[in-house]
Amino acid sequence: MSETNQSTPEFEAAASRAETVAEFEDHRRGVLGKLQHLLHVNPSLVPLIVLVGAMLVFGLLLGSKFFSPFAMTLILQQVQIVGIVAAAQSLVILTAGIDLSVGAIMVFSSVIMGQFTFRYGIPVPIAVMCGLAVGTLIGALNGWLVSRVKLPPFIVTLGMWQIVLATNFLYSANETIRSQDIEANAPFLQFFGTKFSIGGATFTVGVIFMLVLIFVLTYALKHTAWGRHVYAVGDDPEAAELSGVNVHKTLMSVYMLSGLICAFAGWALIGRIGSVSPTSGQLANIESITAVVIGGISLFGGRGSILGSLFGALIVGVFTLGLRLLGADAQWTFLLIGLLIIAAVAVDQWIRKVSG
Amino acid sequence: MSDTTPVVQGRGIVKRYGHVTAIDHSDFELRRGEILAVIGDNGAGKSSIVKAICGATIPDEGEILIEGKKVNFTSPIDARNMGIEIVYQQLAMSPALSIADNMFMGREIRKQGFMGKYLRQLDRPAMEKFARKKLTELGLMTVQSINQAVETLSGGQRQGVAVARAAAFATKFIIMDEPTAALGVKESRKVLELIQDVRGRGIPIILISHNMPHVFEVADRIHVHRLGKRLCTIDPKDYTMSDAVAFMTGAKEPPKEDAA
Repeated sequence: MSETNQSTPEFEAAASRAETVAEFEDHRRGVLGKLQHLLHVNPSLVPLIVLVGAMLVFGLLLGSKFFSPFAMTLILQQVQIVGIVAAAQSLVILTAGIDLSVGAIMVFSSVIMGQFTFRYGIPVPIAVMCGLAVGTLIGALNGWLVSRVKLPPFIVTLGMWQIVLATNFLYSANETIRSQDIEANAPFLQFFGTKFSIGGATFTVGVIFMLVLIFVLTYALKHTAWGRHVYAVGDDPEAAELSGVNVHKTLMSVYMLSGLICAFAGWALIGRIGSVSPTSGQLANIESITAVVIGGISLFGGRGSILGSLFGALIVGVFTLGLRLLGADAQWTFLLIGLLIIAAVAVDQWIRKVSG
Repeated sequence: MSDTTPVVQGRGIVKRYGHVTAIDHSDFELRRGEILAVIGDNGAGKSSIVKAICGATIPDEGEILIEGKKVNFTSPIDARNMGIEIVYQQLAMSPALSIADNMFMGREIRKQGFMGKYLRQLDRPAMEKFARKKLTELGLMTVQSINQAVETLSGGQRQGVAVARAAAFATKFIIMDEPTAALGVKESRKVLELIQDVRGRGIPIILISHNMPHVFEVADRIHVHRLGKRLCTIDPKDYTMSDAVAFMTGAKEPPKEDAA
């Protein structure tokens, strides 16, 4: 008898629960629930808050030394490469992939641009086009291996990273093309380093390119069918396929675009450092993943906005410059970035529980 | 097409995987305006036959006629382009995207003019309006916002959106694979009502289900699948659930093919 006594209220509870669930009402409320919902709808809000907070703190500690057009634009110049690469990384991570070869593609593309110009005497614009084409091609290879051969993106791009980097050293014979030579013979290679100032703030073409790129990608991801497909593929590729999304085409487009953007980053890299050096940009892959994660893009795919990655990159830039201006050991920057990464992923997990 | 032409007719369909014959010279028929339930034991091949009809698998032999015309689908997308919609058991939705996004996934509407043609901008207002209209038609518009993520909906609500999506785009018929399997009592009820509502709009439905009470409640005819082929088609008014189970499992001889 006791058995039935126990099970009856349970059954009733289940029945009434089913009833409330069947209505299309949002029953998750309260301050925490609202916050969770807000973050769920605007995933780049967290990094924005952190960015503004960090700027306020450093501004209070450093005053006008930090809040000057010079310092602000210096941060932008310092994060431009990571910002561009992080845009590429964001696209791949949105599809639930990861691209460890971004840095290698960037450096190799810049080497192609430089060597094609100086070794073969190819006109600079064509050499640049070749560099962009090679970047896109490597991206296409990544995409094909992931989408058609069905290998895990981590493994594919881990391998590609080594292959491209080795090719880069072999092809360039570890030779750096000096900044003066480029300036004298092929200034177009340094185009992204072109400076112009607006009211005391110095911008470079690379910085503008980064901002425009983020803007264009934000638009494409939010307002075109392609963008929706990128999210759907990252969310659940099988469901996307069943809904009529061409998953292969979407993945190919993402990896190729990622390669192309990395090649542009290679061009911007020449503008930033002046020379073409096969040993530069070694940390771009880790730095871009850091920016993406701090920017609130879920490593599990389908969630986050590319604007968040820009904020993520800027947060790293603000911390780096702010702590340096404070005279702190550079290790503090890494320590804080490490904390931010873990905190960002914890927040992501919390947001993902939204349906629970 | 006359009124008696079946919406779908499969004749002598065969599908083999190596030595395994998943479909063994099976026939299939869906009539206009009906709910046809497909039942069968696990492994009987009821999913296989339905997959063959919607292009998910390509049969080795036999022919499939849609409204009297022979078709050769190579993918479910071919079938979809003809106005055949499928509600999958696993729902085929992207949880992080909105209801409107999900309803139009893979067939988005672009804006007219420059923004749509060159910048490929989606026509969000049109898509949202259409989604809202379709949900309202099926009495599902207690939804807070058409832009809320699908993952914030309950299982029944998601199933409702999936059915609404199918009903919105289907012109020929809808296939539903175990639509109530994962749902509670109340939610199942709602979905069964939806199914009948969709039939009321003149769209025939193929319903694959294990749930005999649900099958007997909504089906006009029941296709019993056994050992890779259609064993018989019965009218739920003439037989009991235990009869149906007995046919399915081979415990009872099927009636002659005059039934239903």
